[in-house]
Amino acid sequence: MGKPTDLVQGTLDLLVLKTVELQPMHGWGIAQRIRQISNEVLQVNQGALYPALHRLEQQGWIRAKWGESDNNRRAKYYSLTRDGAKYMRAQHEQWNRLSVAIAAVLETT
Amino acid sequence: MRWTYKLPLRLRSLLHKQRADAELDEELEFHVQAQASAYVARGMEPDAAHSAALRALGGVTQIKEECRDTRRMNFLDNLGQDLRFSFRMLVRNPGFSVMAVLCLTLAIGANAAVFSWIEGLLLRPFPAVARQDRLVVLVGTNRASGENGASSTDYTASSWPDFQDFRRNATLFDSFIADKIMGTTVSIGDRAERVAGSVVSANYFDALGVHPQLGRGFEAADETGRNAHPVTVISYWIWKERYHGDPAIVGKTQMLNGVQHTIIGVAPEGFYGTFVGWPIQFWVPVSMQEVFEPGGYKLEDRNARWIEGFARLKDGVTLEQAQEQLSTMAKQLEAQYPATNRGHDVKLLPLWKAPFNGAAELLPILQILLAVVFVVLLIACSNVSNLLMVRSFARQHEMTVRLAVGARKGRLVQQLLTEGLILSTIAVAGGLAVAYFCRNLLVVFFPAPSGLVANLKGEIDWRVLAFSAVVCLVSTMMFALMPAVQAGKVDLAGSLKTESASVFGARTKARIRSLLVVIQVSLSFVLLVSAVLLIQSMQRIRKSDPGFVTESLLTTGIDLAAAGYDATRARDFQARLMDRLAALPGVESAAIARVRPFSYQTYSSNLIAVDGYQAGPEEQPSAEYNEVGPAYFRTLGIPLLSGREFTDADNETSEPVAIVNEKMVAKYWHGDDPVGKRLQLKDKSLRVVGVAHMAKYGSFGEAPKPFFYVPLRQNFSVRTTVSIRTTKDASAMAADLTRLIHDLDPNLAASEVITMRQHINRSALRSQQVAVALLSIFGGLALLLAAVGLYGVISYSVSQGKREMGLRMALGARPEHLLRLVLSNGLRLTAIGIVVGAVAALLVTRLFVGLLYHVSPRDPVAFSSAFAVMAVASVAACFFPAWRAMRTDPVRAIRD
Repeated sequence: MGKPTDLVQGTLDLLVLKTVELQPMHGWGIAQRIRQISNEVLQVNQGALYPALHRLEQQGWIRAKWGESDNNRRAKYYSLTRDGAKYMRAQHEQWNRLSVAIAAVLETT
Repeated sequence: MRWTYKLPLRLRSLLHKQRADAELDEELEFHVQAQASAYVARGMEPDAAHSAALRALGGVTQIKEECRDTRRMNFLDNLGQDLRFSFRMLVRNPGFSVMAVLCLTLAIGANAAVFSWIEGLLLRPFPAVARQDRLVVLVGTNRASGENGASSTDYTASSWPDFQDFRRNATLFDSFIADKIMGTTVSIGDRAERVAGSVVSANYFDALGVHPQLGRGFEAADETGRNAHPVTVISYWIWKERYHGDPAIVGKTQMLNGVQHTIIGVAPEGFYGTFVGWPIQFWVPVSMQEVFEPGGYKLEDRNARWIEGFARLKDGVTLEQAQEQLSTMAKQLEAQYPATNRGHDVKLLPLWKAPFNGAAELLPILQILLAVVFVVLLIACSNVSNLLMVRSFARQHEMTVRLAVGARKGRLVQQLLTEGLILSTIAVAGGLAVAYFCRNLLVVFFPAPSGLVANLKGEIDWRVLAFSAVVCLVSTMMFALMPAVQAGKVDLAGSLKTESASVFGARTKARIRSLLVVIQVSLSFVLLVSAVLLIQSMQRIRKSDPGFVTESLLTTGIDLAAAGYDATRARDFQARLMDRLAALPGVESAAIARVRPFSYQTYSSNLIAVDGYQAGPEEQPSAEYNEVGPAYFRTLGIPLLSGREFTDADNETSEPVAIVNEKMVAKYWHGDDPVGKRLQLKDKSLRVVGVAHMAKYGSFGEAPKPFFYVPLRQNFSVRTTVSIRTTKDASAMAADLTRLIHDLDPNLAASEVITMRQHINRSALRSQQVAVALLSIFGGLALLLAAVGLYGVISYSVSQGKREMGLRMALGARPEHLLRLVLSNGLRLTAIGIVVGAVAALLVTRLFVGLLYHVSPRDPVAFSSAFAVMAVASVAACFFPAWRAMRTDPVRAIRD
């Protein structure tokens, strides 16, 4: 396996939304989860993560709540809102279309 | 749903900024801790793990800033910051700030003042009247008025019977209000004064939504019966000032025009009636028309059009719908009463188009003024823009540093716009103060006829405030945007390397500043041309010939009606007065007439018929006429082309006669001498005894119209004016006249004795004078601003080009060369500005051709004198910097 791939521009939002879909998570957890699930392929730039989280929160896709972490520390947990879920599905479909299209282009040449 | 969540969030990030920031800190801190523990779990030293975690996160400060940026309300945060910073910057440059604020205050103040006049005099002219937006003016039109094709301003008044029909049958109106202004002399105690009053329909106060402060308004019954209801409502002002606020005033009586009137009410404070120009001091019901309005009893005569009417539209009814209904009704009246109503229609107009009060006179002036003050605003804005550009050079270092440490360019633009906004906000506050102090300024330009107090008040209400706010924003955009965008375009690397050199290379900026100066020059050129055109026009009017000889002609009025004279006494008085006057040494001749030329008072007008003249199908021949005494033509100096003058022999018992003017001869007798022929005036047959030369009757601008004269003795009026041809001056004559009148009746007094020229100027020059005065003020202001702008640009380019000047001198250029170089630089800008301005002026001056009398809007004299003034001003503006350039010390300039 090569170097962890930088996230494609604009896909971070989708990944974050997908990650918090199942359960509320804090920022660090989100970064870890993305890395784990993608088998260490996708490396979230931690510097970009928090602005992204705040942006998504401002737009109302996710909401934040303070809670206790595993080691009993106060942490900010993000969860998906109903609007966010809708938005995520739309983004997801778009991503699917895009990747199918890219794959088609790559295979025919 | 989303908003319920988002809004509190955004408000929080705005209002609880510190808490939001603290939470962000905590969140990031948690992240670092978590990351560090993960590293420790992989076997790192705690300290190393912590710094590794920080490294992994990247620049914490940047992240924080980015997170703050994502909070959308951020711009408000920045605004607070910008405001504080801007204030500091403005205070640090007091010279610049004062200059800019002064420029803007004058311009914005002028705009606010003019708009407050428009608001207070045209849009909502009647203080204390409810819902003026539903109020419209009702005037009559006459399809066949004059063969010249009636111009759209040829409106007539309305007759009371027509008015009654509208009132009864129209369904789209809440009310119809009849109103007619008149003047009388009111004596209260030992004080007599001339005041304006109104003859009104009984619903007047109710329909306007004005509730008398004491007593009551009129009742429906007050309208009926000839002279049957001598009651009056007096103004708050008269009550306070002349009756000393007598609480028991209701029920007392007051003599008005010789009739005892019972005071039934006092109008509320701040209500001045429904006439733009003069405050009304008392109101009487229409039943008293005959007492106040000359020309006999008119309430049953459809042909007597004297009412200046208003109507209040029902809610939701448009002007067009209402107009349609009334026109339909007017058509029915035409069919029903062809003798009086043929060709007559009615027209509804918004209040600001009212033709019968001061609004008609003010409208063209205020329109021009609005355009002028906007131009002044443009000039002021480009001037401030220029100042800002200069300052942006000085602040280039600051901008560069801010960009280098990571400010976005948008942020810089925002900062500069904020500074602009502060400037214009201060200026708006000052401007509103200016407008407030100027709200009565128009009175200065419109001196009221003797005794009356003019009421031309600007109104500063929320609309004026809103207007000023818009002006503020617009002007900020105009003057601050360009410099701000320019500042955003700083070339980072270049500016940091060498400061002064890069400044000198800022070609675009120099070009923009030159452009601004060209704009200023051209706009002020337009104003100058306009001002000169109007001054020329005013001079033409001053010298123009009204059709009679104004030299050594004095005029005055004696209000016998107000003194309670009846016809018999008045006739006797007039005859004796004329005899005594004619006998005075130095008096060549004297004559009385009901109306003197160029008055607000209207001439009589009636249907006429002439044997052998076939009227058109829609035409109802009618003409205006004046009732004049013996020797009127000799006294005024109107030449008689044929026949004779009226004499003492033309009295009640002799044959009715008339003298017609040339236009009438041409129209009705096809140019044949009509002397000896007959003229039918309504039901009276007159013999034409003379033909008078054409004269101007109401204004210099009027088209030649058919007009005739009848002897006063045969068409008597108690109210008359006196004209005296004499070599004496007005004040000496006034003394004589006072003595003479006192001999005849100690209770009488003449109104002010003035020369006929003064009288004409008062009525004919009023609009012109205001326009000229204000245009000259603004033209001068614009010129000054443009000169300052030019001076700024030239002197700046000189100070920047010092080194070049020094080099040129060192290489052998003589000082005169440098002088010429700099001067030609500035004059080139002026020349371009003048060319552009001349083209613009050619387009613009056509717009106020209505105010110009015998002056072409393209008058070469106006253009060349504007050119001369502009040229002198710009040479003056460029000379000082050029002179400084000439005195450059080459050694020092190069060494620096």
